[in-house]
Amino acid sequence: MPIAESDIKWIEAPKLGFLEQLYLPIVYDGLKTTIGHIFGKSKTESYPEQEPKLPPNYRGVHRLNRDEQDRVKCVACYMCATACPAHCIDIVAAPAPAGWTDREKYPETFVIDELRCIYCGMCEEACPVDAIELTTLYDLTGYSREQLVFDKEKLLGIFDATTKSGTDPVRSRSGALGPASETAKA
Amino acid sequence: MPEFDLLTTTIIIGGLVAIVMSIVGYATLAERKVSAWIQDRVGPNRVGPLGLLQPLADGGKFFLKESPIPSHVDKIFYLLAPAAAMAIALLALAVVPWGGTTPPPKPVAVNMAADGKTPDYSKAVQRFDAEQGEYRNQFQGVIAPGLDIGIVYVFALGSLAIYGVILGGWSSDNKYSLLGSLRSSAQIISYEIPLGMSIVGVVLFAGSMNLETIIAWQKQNGWFLMFQPLAFLLFMVSVYAECNRLPFDLPEAEQELVGGYLTEYGSLKFGMFMLGEYTHMITTSFLMSIVFWGGWSLFGLEEVFTDPIAAAVLKAAILGGKMLGFLLLYIVIRWTIPRFRFDQLMGLAWKVMIPLSLLHLLAAMLVRQYGWSNWALTAISIGLFVAFGLVAAFKKIAPNNTPRRKVIPKMLPRVMVG
Repeated sequence: MPIAESDIKWIEAPKLGFLEQLYLPIVYDGLKTTIGHIFGKSKTESYPEQEPKLPPNYRGVHRLNRDEQDRVKCVACYMCATACPAHCIDIVAAPAPAGWTDREKYPETFVIDELRCIYCGMCEEACPVDAIELTTLYDLTGYSREQLVFDKEKLLGIFDATTKSGTDPVRSRSGALGPASETAKA
Repeated sequence: MPEFDLLTTTIIIGGLVAIVMSIVGYATLAERKVSAWIQDRVGPNRVGPLGLLQPLADGGKFFLKESPIPSHVDKIFYLLAPAAAMAIALLALAVVPWGGTTPPPKPVAVNMAADGKTPDYSKAVQRFDAEQGEYRNQFQGVIAPGLDIGIVYVFALGSLAIYGVILGGWSSDNKYSLLGSLRSSAQIISYEIPLGMSIVGVVLFAGSMNLETIIAWQKQNGWFLMFQPLAFLLFMVSVYAECNRLPFDLPEAEQELVGGYLTEYGSLKFGMFMLGEYTHMITTSFLMSIVFWGGWSLFGLEEVFTDPIAAAVLKAAILGGKMLGFLLLYIVIRWTIPRFRFDQLMGLAWKVMIPLSLLHLLAAMLVRQYGWSNWALTAISIGLFVAFGLVAAFKKIAPNNTPRRKVIPKMLPRVMVG
């Protein structure tokens, strides 16, 4: 369908008034803006020297939480691995060691491929005992792909590091296992 | 004429070129820094403290980069263009004062001798020698002092600078380059006229085209900015167009012309174009401060020191400060006014600035002829400006974005679908 002549609406440039035709007041206005910005504060974040202030619910590198006895909180229920859309979590479950009265299983290995992960936070949502969490660590780097496949010790180490530096995620409820394990405790 | 001393002149030329080149280097840094500040960024800050060594890094990059010559270009002119752009820009600096100056003495009138019949040449020669001797002993803050055609020389070279652009665009054998250089030539031809016209008023008042004399006149009578504000405005706008600076940077026009005449240039050849452009900016900034802002004079502040060396330094500093101010204005204006469309650019030159400058020249001539006060010209100057604004505001302007001819709707052939 060609556009009918009656459907075309020509928009006319707004007519300039006297002061606008003189140009100078407008240029003065513009100069006020630009020169004002010269003395304004820069909005640049000079990254390596200046760390960004991330919101506490930022989804960065994972961590595995510890309970109050410094044991891994995970009960190896596989819910995170199931929920993970990127299939980056690999857990090998084993019967809980003797003396771990609050659960039946614990993870023998717990591996997250940080390169496959899409940082969606679904593992965290799925976890019934708040064992896995996303921290505000954002500068994840490594020299090889293997280095970025994090195992249990590394993930627990991130817990130690973030807890020590006081950057707990806003969702964190460290300590006792979550409500899902209460029956086992009793 | 001051005595020509090869050594002194060479030292002055070398020093001035070195200083101007450093200013060019730091002007590029200032351009980036100020642009960054205006856009709430930080700007280059990695090379040296606060990024102050950035010009060195840029220059080094230009030198060390491979310098390929495209196979389709006209080699001679392709290589000649950046050289012409830079050499001409540097040549124009020769007559521009950068420090304290004294005007060359006026021609000596020969009076009749006591008997009233024969001209008394000996007295005139004596006076001439005395004046010249005094002039010769004074330090002149300019490479070529006492050049009578002063400002015409600057303008002649200033318009020659466009040859670099046209040569570059033509020899590059590239549509974008050619379009850029064509725009540039049209623009320069249009803006040369108000540029020259706006100066004629000043020359009429100062009675000389020599820049030192123009400064001396202003020292005595007040800056030309006060008497001819309109001429200053016209001069500044034309000069922005001459330097291809925004809002008149159509020859480069990164957005639609890929850099215009610079498209095929890289490495040091591009650097030389840039050098020429920035040198031109410095020369014109000097001209604006000399012709309209009183040169090295600043409300008597320039005479604080009696020591000749301190006084010379102070005068150079005052003039340099004014020049740097205009240089900064170039950069700030760049981010303040959006670019003109080409028809608007031509309209501004031919419909507004040329008539305005002609009328202003007429006013200056009338004021000179009838010996009115200088302030009369100020009033006329502002009056003309306001009158043009009124005319523009109240006359009927044809809307300029509707088609000039009637649109004939084309019927597409009907296609059966399905």
